[in-house]
Amino acid sequence: MRIVAVPPSDAELVARCRAGDDDAWRELVERFSRYIYGIAVQGFRLSEEEAEDVFQDVFARAYEHLGELRSDDAVRPWLAQLTRRRCIDTMRAGKREHATDEIIEDPADVEDRLARLDDALTVQQALAELSGPCREILDRFFARDESYRTIGEALDLPAGTIASRISRCLAKLRETLEGRNPVAVRSGRR
Amino acid sequence: MTTSDYSEQRLSELLSALPPAPEAWVRAAQELPLARRSLDDIVERARADVEYRRQVLADLEAAVAQTGVEPDRRLVNALRRRFSEL
Repeated sequence: MRIVAVPPSDAELVARCRAGDDDAWRELVERFSRYIYGIAVQGFRLSEEEAEDVFQDVFARAYEHLGELRSDDAVRPWLAQLTRRRCIDTMRAGKREHATDEIIEDPADVEDRLARLDDALTVQQALAELSGPCREILDRFFARDESYRTIGEALDLPAGTIASRISRCLAKLRETLEGRNPVAVRSGRR
Repeated sequence: MTTSDYSEQRLSELLSALPPAPEAWVRAAQELPLARRSLDDIVERARADVEYRRQVLADLEAAVAQTGVEPDRRLVNALRRRFSEL
């Protein structure tokens, strides 16, 4: 039986960060970097330049104020909220420049996109619980948009086997998600 | 919650929804603790050494770079703010 190391929970990671563990901070950034980037670029449709400012500012604020977090488990919604506020501030500043009143033209659309990103993060976190090869192959194919050939070369696998491996790994991912809190992946939002 | 929430199609879409952030952004955020400590060291030394303080104010970027940290715009601005509070 293959033993897969379970990644630390958000709460464990935050506790280690509070204790001054730089490795834990690096892991925290790695864990939430895609989410924060996604909120800024996909959720609020900021430019790359604006998104970079938001991204760095959110992590800087998180680093400074981690001690004020009421519950270590709440880091995910806390970071999401910090990012949303910072994105809205950025949009407000941009709109002022263009003398427009409405900050967000269609708030419902933004909410839908943010809900989808939240679901995507849940899937990412389940992905982190899979074995290294499955994690790697699914991330390369779906999130990094790599071809079968590129994946095959990088992982030293015959390109002809990639599709079946992806299918098997998706099944494992699904099993992992089904074993989690069913509230984690929501339905009926869209 | 229905089983269809975990369909291959939906999982594929959700996996595709979070591409990696640019590596340089992630690295800069990960180095934040080191960067903050470097700024603390510079400020502390500048408090005690007038000549060093003059040198830092003359070239903030170089002062940051000397600590081994990449002197990006945000870090240099943060150091500028710290010096304005001295």
